Amino acid sequence: MIQINELHKSYRMGSNELHVLKGINLDIKEGEFVSIMGSSGSGKSTLLNIIGMLDVAERGEYILDNVPIENLSEKKAAIYRNKFLGFIFQSFNLINYKNAAENVALPLYYQGISRKIRKEKSLYYLEKVGLADWAHHLPSELSGGQKQRVAIARALASEPKVLLADEPTGALDTKTSYEVMDFLQGINDEGKTILVVTHEPDIADMTKRIVQLKDGVIEKDTFVEQVRASEHV
Amino acid sequence: MRFIFTRDTWQEIFGTIRKNKLRTAITIIGVFWGILLFVGLQGAAKGMENGFDYTFKDLATNSIFLWGQQTGIPYAGYNRNRTIRLELNDTYRIANQVEGVQFVVPRNAKGIFDGAAPLVVNKLKSGNYKVFGDYPIIDNVSKKKLRKGRFLNHKDISSNRKICVIGERIEKELFEKDDNPIGQYIKISNIYFQIVGVYKENNTDFFEGDDSIFIPFTTFKKVFNTGNRIGWMVIAGYPDEDIVAIEEKTKELLKRRYSVHPNDERAFGAANFGEMFGKITGFVKGLKFTALIVGIATILAGVIAIGNILLITVKERTKEIGIRRALGAKPGEIRGQIILESVFLTLVAGILGMTVGGLSLSVLNNFAKSWDDFPFMNPTVSLQYIGFAIAIMVILGTLIGLIPAQRAVSIRPIEALREE
Ligand SMILES: Nc1ncnc2c1ncn2[C@@H]1O[C@H](COP(=O)(O)OP(=O)(O)OP(=O)(O)O)[C@@H](O)[C@H]1O
Ligand SMILES: [Mg+2]
Repeated sequence: MIQINELHKSYRMGSNELHVLKGINLDIKEGEFVSIMGSSGSGKSTLLNIIGMLDVAERGEYILDNVPIENLSEKKAAIYRNKFLGFIFQSFNLINYKNAAENVALPLYYQGISRKIRKEKSLYYLEKVGLADWAHHLPSELSGGQKQRVAIARALASEPKVLLADEPTGALDTKTSYEVMDFLQGINDEGKTILVVTHEPDIADMTKRIVQLKDGVIEKDTFVEQVRASEHV
Repeated sequence: MRFIFTRDTWQEIFGTIRKNKLRTAITIIGVFWGILLFVGLQGAAKGMENGFDYTFKDLATNSIFLWGQQTGIPYAGYNRNRTIRLELNDTYRIANQVEGVQFVVPRNAKGIFDGAAPLVVNKLKSGNYKVFGDYPIIDNVSKKKLRKGRFLNHKDISSNRKICVIGERIEKELFEKDDNPIGQYIKISNIYFQIVGVYKENNTDFFEGDDSIFIPFTTFKKVFNTGNRIGWMVIAGYPDEDIVAIEEKTKELLKRRYSVHPNDERAFGAANFGEMFGKITGFVKGLKFTALIVGIATILAGVIAIGNILLITVKERTKEIGIRRALGAKPGEIRGQIILESVFLTLVAGILGMTVGGLSLSVLNNFAKSWDDFPFMNPTVSLQYIGFAIAIMVILGTLIGLIPAQRAVSIRPIEALREE
């Protein structure tokens, strides 16, 4: 599903150059549940953003679902993001003046799907994350865990091939974190490929593969025995 | 283009507009004022134009009054201070020989420039009133408003009839309230005249007022023994002719005829009404032009204000735009939405301004009805102007929207999302 070869990325800040990714090689198959770990500043978000086509690599190869991602125009990138990827952010990134259902429906709007189907789908995915009753509430009326579940529903709504989550539990307490992981596991069980950035080992243990970043390279890449979140809820 | 007409686009736009009502209100105030001013000033200028048109509608505006005076320069054996008296023949000459002249009307009068106002008697009542010897065509110079009866006609002229048309004040002063003067006889300078009409004061009369008597030119000549002399003449030019040039040429012709020195400015007096009227028309035109410029400038300022506020909101909404783009909004869609927002706000503001402007004009019009002396009437703004204003707003709204729109898509989504 995702193939990355010799990926480099550096940031230029004035005359200094910060080499953040120094040759990443990663191969992720369909249906995998991968966590990316590493100390702060090790480049986890940078890698995930490049995978998410929100940022571009400097050098190296990136193939998503057999499509080489290179020299994308903003328009192309938008279309690919919309079609292939679902994003979940640490700070939820819901649009505050749209209610839960409208937020979930937003990626569908950019897919050009009709109102009626958007409505049906958004309700379907809200139900899936257990928030059907909250469809008409604004984000400000939801708890952190609920907001993240709305964000998950939104990421799922466009039926992406890969879900990308940057510290999805970073702003949540342990109990809610596990609830969110429980959802993600359920989605993965259905076959969706998921990438999670986290620095919490217990969260990483709930995925199936842990990629350890250090000094811009992959230090360790191990498949692990998945801990089911439901056992801890 | 199609996306302009889809309901979703508009829902997105209304969503963002509704989100911040105060901001929206502040945004549109500038354009609102601009259009209000535009409509208000245009309407007021049009109102004045209509007012002037109404005032002068009964008048041959492109005309000159011309009379003989005394020479100022000795010439061709004559001394200075020779009195020039114009004659009836002069009017024919001018009509035939001066280019651009539509018609020339000779006039004679008693009681205004020379001679005392004749005594007019009806039974026991009497008074002194101005008497004019006129041709029916004088009606084309300054239209008489007849309250009763008729005005002079050609038959009156050719048969030297002793008939007259009197002003309504004379009717009031010489007749009992319910005594109809038409058909009755009054004595003017001891000669009986039959009254055939009563006229009402015109808003643009010059000398007649409401207390004059019109009698046929030919009758006047006999009664007051004026021979071929005339008091003065009115020279009307065709509407688009240069009336100043006509005045020059007429004077040249008359100077030759009366052997007056070519540089003698005193020999003939003239009141160039066309020139005066041209100044008034020029004033109204200037007013309209100023209104146009002020209006456009204000609209421009308003639209720039909209652009500015949109630019600020785009900065405020950087994060939201980043989210939308992460979710798959193409740059074109973001750009289009912001431009549409700009155009929409501009148009809403404009239409509100036009509505309020229109209402103010109609209120103003109601007031104006009670100002008798002020030339103001039906202040309206033509549909062309409205269409022009709307087109300007759409174009400016689009142009100004381009700036925040470009700014919105120039931030890369990753940067936009990082913003807290
Ligand atoms: N736009 C940028 N310009 C300059 N430097 C940047 C930029 N984005 C990230 N960096 C730097 O690159 C390095 C990696 O950043 P990144 O956000 O990928 O780290 P991370 O592993 O996600 O850290 P954390 O766990 O704190 O989120 C950091 O040193 C960061 O300061
Ligand atoms: Mg990070």
